[in-house]
Amino acid sequence: MMQRKPVLRVVSKLLIPPIMVFALYVQFHGDFGPGGGFQAGVIMAAAVILYALIFGVDTARKVATAGLIRGLLAVGVLLYAGVGVVTMVMGGNYLDYNVLAHEPTHGQHLGIFLVELGVGITVAAAMTSIFLTFAGRRR
Amino acid sequence: MIDIVLLIFMAITAIGLIRLRDLFAVAMLSGVFSLLAALLYVVMDAVDVAFTEAAVGAGITTVLMLGTLALTSSKEKAHETRSLTSFAGLLVVFLTGGALVYGTLDMPPYGDPHAPVHHHVAPRYIEQSGQEVGPPNIVTSVLASYRGYDTLGETFVIFTAAIGVLVLIGRAKSVPWRRRREDDDADPREIEAKRSAQEADL
Repeated sequence: MMQRKPVLRVVSKLLIPPIMVFALYVQFHGDFGPGGGFQAGVIMAAAVILYALIFGVDTARKVATAGLIRGLLAVGVLLYAGVGVVTMVMGGNYLDYNVLAHEPTHGQHLGIFLVELGVGITVAAAMTSIFLTFAGRRR
Repeated sequence: MIDIVLLIFMAITAIGLIRLRDLFAVAMLSGVFSLLAALLYVVMDAVDVAFTEAAVGAGITTVLMLGTLALTSSKEKAHETRSLTSFAGLLVVFLTGGALVYGTLDMPPYGDPHAPVHHHVAPRYIEQSGQEVGPPNIVTSVLASYRGYDTLGETFVIFTAAIGVLVLIGRAKSVPWRRRREDDDADPREIEAKRSAQEADL
């Protein structure tokens, strides 16, 4: 796509790893500061989209293959819904995290962690797949 | 004071969005509009919402708009407007805007501690989420725990949107792209073969 833009290529190579680390920070620090699964997923997708914009959709597709993206899309939703099923099996209501651990607040912590992770995975996969589908389509 | 300035900027951006015919500039300006909205949310201390607005509205949406423009055209077609239809449109806009302004008249002022919204479930979230749920960020407690069903539904909405896009325009991606190339090459020949077979039948 942009094989002849050295400045963009170098700057994006420098920027993409910090963007991904920032996405992980937003994902796992959402309990304490602003952020959470949704924002983290979008930031992670933005890193992949930036890569696809600079190095071409076909290059990005080598890592973010259609199968992987679709799998992650389902894994996130299943993780979220699965936490609810697990809480029901352990004797609570659906998505009642109190029963996940011995202490209710520990259970809440674990439940929120898993649920936010599910949201992040699904949002990242959804945004990436929507962009790659649009951009990979030939006119 | 700064919120007034931001709102004025947003109004100017909106007028620019309506006036422009170059859709590339429109996509960029809509990103600017979202960024201004995100700043407004920061001023109102809603940092989580501002975060989402900046990432989704200003970031992803702009890129998706540009991706769509690459598939279609970057110029809006100029079309004739009849004076009657444009008058009707103006009337509808003013009526809707008037109704919205009328609706805000009996709303409590912004930040009023006696507003009904601050006396429903908000006190419990603020006072007891620390013991009941734990995280210092109350927004996270509300979204992931108290309102866990809603967030599950939201996740399903995102999932459905991606599935919809894949079903509508992503069919070719179900085979690996290298094999797809060969299929595309084979396509015209296949059609030709079918056509000649049909002609032979006749």
